[in-house]
Amino acid sequence: MSEVLVEVKHLKQYFSVKTGLFRNTPLKAVDDVSFIINKGETLGLVGESGCGKTTVGRSMLNLYTPTGGEVFFKGEKVDSNSIKHLCREMQMVFQDPYSSLNPRMTVADIIGEPLDIHHMCATKDERKKRITEIMELVGLNSEHARRYAHEFSGGQRQRIGIARAIALNPSFIVCDESVSALDVSIQAQIINMFKDLQAKLGLSYLFIAHDIHVVNYMSNRVAVMYLGKIIEMGDTEDISDRPTHPYTISLLSAIPVADPKESKKRRRIVLEGDVPSPLKVPSGCSFRTRCQFATKKCAEELPLLENRGNNHFVACWNK
Amino acid sequence: MSEILLRVKDLKTSFFTNSGEVKAVNGVSFDLEKGKVLGIVGESGSGKSVTAYSIMRILTDPGKIVGGSVMFEGTELTSLSKKKMREVRGKKISIIFQDPMTSLNPVYTIGNQIEEAIKLHTERNKKEIKARAIEMLTLVGVNEPARRVKQYPYELSGGMRQRVMIAMALACEPDILIADEPTTALDVTIQAQILELMQELQKKMGMAIIMITHDLGVIADMCDEIIVMYGGRVCERGNAEDIFYDPRHEYTKGLLHSIPSAVKSKDRLLSIAGTPIDMLNLPTGCPFFSRCGKAMKICLNEPPEEIRVSETHLASCWVNIKDMIDAEKAEEVK
Repeated sequence: MSEVLVEVKHLKQYFSVKTGLFRNTPLKAVDDVSFIINKGETLGLVGESGCGKTTVGRSMLNLYTPTGGEVFFKGEKVDSNSIKHLCREMQMVFQDPYSSLNPRMTVADIIGEPLDIHHMCATKDERKKRITEIMELVGLNSEHARRYAHEFSGGQRQRIGIARAIALNPSFIVCDESVSALDVSIQAQIINMFKDLQAKLGLSYLFIAHDIHVVNYMSNRVAVMYLGKIIEMGDTEDISDRPTHPYTISLLSAIPVADPKESKKRRRIVLEGDVPSPLKVPSGCSFRTRCQFATKKCAEELPLLENRGNNHFVACWNK
Repeated sequence: MSEILLRVKDLKTSFFTNSGEVKAVNGVSFDLEKGKVLGIVGESGSGKSVTAYSIMRILTDPGKIVGGSVMFEGTELTSLSKKKMREVRGKKISIIFQDPMTSLNPVYTIGNQIEEAIKLHTERNKKEIKARAIEMLTLVGVNEPARRVKQYPYELSGGMRQRVMIAMALACEPDILIADEPTTALDVTIQAQILELMQELQKKMGMAIIMITHDLGVIADMCDEIIVMYGGRVCERGNAEDIFYDPRHEYTKGLLHSIPSAVKSKDRLLSIAGTPIDMLNLPTGCPFFSRCGKAMKICLNEPPEEIRVSETHLASCWVNIKDMIDAEKAEEVK
């Protein structure tokens, strides 16, 4: 049995949205999400914009205070107090390599800041050596340590963001759409680097992305989210070869494949309509408004995740 | 032989910025046949959108067409007067943009915006124009079109707005529709809806489409002919099977290997080394030189000519005719 690194139990994150002069409506960005991440494992989190995948990542690191539920890291509860030392172990790489780096800081300062905060380096020389080491690890030229972020291309900036995240030698990193803003050829470089770092440093990832192919490629297990809930979760092979939830099936079929013969053969399942507003989540199963198999039961009762063998969890009334 | 609708020849567009001339499009040529879908694929900054804007003549300062020709039905578009160009735009050639959020005017109703194009290009009375707008909205699959025409863009979702953009572009039944990353800003399930719609409308109305995207999946799905661009130049052009099953340019090969969907296994992705080129300091030879694994001496100094691989397939890469180059020039460099 592999060792559990992170455990998320019934995580809830509600935001209050002003919908009138005196009226606030709760927006259930994440509603009762539970999962575990084992040591050295990558869990992929996939879903469309607004489904709450980023919020899950942020709540796990206590960047938001969760409305309900708990997050455990190596058995220790993550809260506003414990995160102060736990953030040495839990880090995050953001989506946009342009806005997530301070334009007034040099690369050395960006990577060095976490080292300073946690008093990791006793002397200046040691700090410099460590920064050089990290820069080389992520494929940056260490001679560029005194440059500013704007002097780098998008892919290189993402490398700086990753360097900052691994500076403290963490064991868990949340990658929030970390490759979505990059061009395909650069995206492949960064994906390879994430894999190399995982092999070298024994990292575990929560890999958040909207591109299900990228997620499948990166992850051991995949969780699919829709409107704040996980609707399917299982081994990558199970999700990609035997998707069970109608939403996962249509998501997989909707992505065009880069193969003309294959794409002519495929039948695209086109979902009707848009994702409902998270302020007005449908009753019962939240996907029922776009599901072709929806029955009366779907509108009345909320389907829960159930194990359909080999830890392949599906939340759907249809069997 | 089918009819050639648009012939772009050696098109060159530059931006004259304070830090120097940026040759965004540097000698692009292609033909577009009637009723066909042409895909232009490339990374950000490869000049694919600028090519489209040059055809439409909607470049903003400091961008200028500096050479080449764009022939549309026997008319040279690059030298057409502004007034004449306005008659082409929207009526003969239409464009839809990437971001449906910013390309609609927020202070006019969507009905207003669709009617504008019809009013400008056709002789119809008010009632007919209104009816046509509603007809167009029905065609693109907007529900309750009679109510929607009175709504403002902010009241619609992203997918709906892109449908409205398509309705606007197709209102005058153009011969060519240029789609500049039409689904990039949308979610996958919505993207599938829009692609489906475009294919359906193309069958119905028979227009030719120029599809600009960085997504090879969308290209494979939609296009008959494909152009691969890098650094303002065409690397390779051919039909879908040529490009996907027999790529002849090192960049195209690298691109096809970089996408996780193409590799079923969990093997390492074959990424293209290096970083995108600096458009201000373009190399004299092949723009892909610094990132190419098979670069030769000749690639540094001489821009590759288009070499015909087959009747439909052209590639601008010296590697294809390595045997015919002098041994000295063909020496590999790294």
